[in-house]
Amino acid sequence: MVHQYKLNGYNIVLDTASGSVHTVDEVAYDIIALYKTHTREQIVGEILQKYGQRPDVTREEILACISDIEALESAGKLFSEDTYEGLAIDYKNNSKVVKALCLHVAHTCNLNCSYCFASQGKYQGERALMSFEVGKQAFDFLIANSDTRRNLEVDFFGGEPLMNWDVVKQLVAYARSIEKEHNKNFRFTLTTNGVLLDDEVIEFCNREMSNVVLSLDGRREVHDHFRRDFAGKGSYDKILPNFLRFIEKRGDKSYYVRGTFTHNNTDFTNDLFHMADLGFTELSMEPVVCPPTDPYALTPEDLPVLFEQYEILAKEMLKRKKEGRPFTFYHYMIDLKHGPCIYKRITGCGSGTEYLAVTPWGDLYPCHQFVGDEAYRLGDIWNGVQNTEVQEGFRHCNAYSRPECRECWAKLYCSGGCAANSYHATGSIGGVYQYGCELFKKRMECAIMMQVAEAEEA
Amino acid sequence: MERIKTIETKNIQNTVKNGGCGECQTSCQSACKTSCGVINQNCENKNA
Repeated sequence: MVHQYKLNGYNIVLDTASGSVHTVDEVAYDIIALYKTHTREQIVGEILQKYGQRPDVTREEILACISDIEALESAGKLFSEDTYEGLAIDYKNNSKVVKALCLHVAHTCNLNCSYCFASQGKYQGERALMSFEVGKQAFDFLIANSDTRRNLEVDFFGGEPLMNWDVVKQLVAYARSIEKEHNKNFRFTLTTNGVLLDDEVIEFCNREMSNVVLSLDGRREVHDHFRRDFAGKGSYDKILPNFLRFIEKRGDKSYYVRGTFTHNNTDFTNDLFHMADLGFTELSMEPVVCPPTDPYALTPEDLPVLFEQYEILAKEMLKRKKEGRPFTFYHYMIDLKHGPCIYKRITGCGSGTEYLAVTPWGDLYPCHQFVGDEAYRLGDIWNGVQNTEVQEGFRHCNAYSRPECRECWAKLYCSGGCAANSYHATGSIGGVYQYGCELFKKRMECAIMMQVAEAEEA
Repeated sequence: MERIKTIETKNIQNTVKNGGCGECQTSCQSACKTSCGVINQNCENKNA
């Protein structure tokens, strides 16, 4: 499938099935748009009618451009055929591996953020901390079900995982003690609100955690609007010094400062620029996911504003990079030369199959977003997945499983998107969260434009 | 090609044969917990 768009002065043509990216002038842009539906003579006629006054647009020039397009088509870089659908089904049917766990070590939190999808860490249930014994069994379950996969990921998640810090440390020690004998390489992530992020935690994280996700929504007034303690006091002044101390000692290891934007701050780029100006360089900012009836839910009217914001962000990032003060935005990270293979692109996030969430009690869910929804309980870490009917639903999620995705140019970039978002928006994991799709497509257009801009300047 | 410039990219058609090792990061496991995408994951397979 070919997708054409204009952004920041660039005319960009994507050939999605091959992953090819072309930057073209406006004449070639129009010829490509006509190429599959018009004869050569019709194309010549239409292009001459539009550009005939220009000395560089002659019949010969137009025919030469058509020949170039034919050459790219023959080389499989334009109008290439998408033949991957069968691969997605076969790959997920044949793979019974679990390779990643979201470990809910604490269903409790020391903040009381009203927008929390996990209802202040409790996931619509009781407050609880995971015991070492349950965590240990989760690691044993992961190893037993990971077959020959070497890289295994565990995200210490909550609630607030630092409220169960001793168990986190014990579990890391346990995992390190068994990984060699099983030929595994554990990669740990910790997601924290920063309230308990002291020097001892920082030192441990810098030694053991491949990635640390720090929750900050941006400007003080934006952050403190939702991210408050149980007394109602904003947490910005409490957590910011902790985060700054953390990145000072982090060196070149991965971290993300991650925020959520809502209807209240549709100018979210100002929050990202605030983070960057504070010295954070690895940033992520996500649209809030909540019922449309919530007062802070993103609205249809917000959409064009958000599109503009994503463009502002891309342009500012290019500018700051030139000025020698770059920052990374998670959703604009795209490596056109070394990115994921086709299997990754079509099989999705792996929720419910290779990626599972584990509650403090050892129950298994398709991912953190389904925890607390009894209908989606898959089983437990002692007996494995027993609700195979629900799991089959997740196994069938891929880039082609939703009718809306079939004609979408972005499906090999999102792989059909987030099953939880689909479920919350439509009541079915096989549905489509259209609002999220629109934002995703805009982000991809911006991310690829940035790659084009940098290639053009190289 | 005068009017068309092609950016160097990985040809994903070529990864049908050697891809699929599954060693790459799970896409929703880091700074994205609500708006999953797959494209920003690095490939761990040098042959793919």
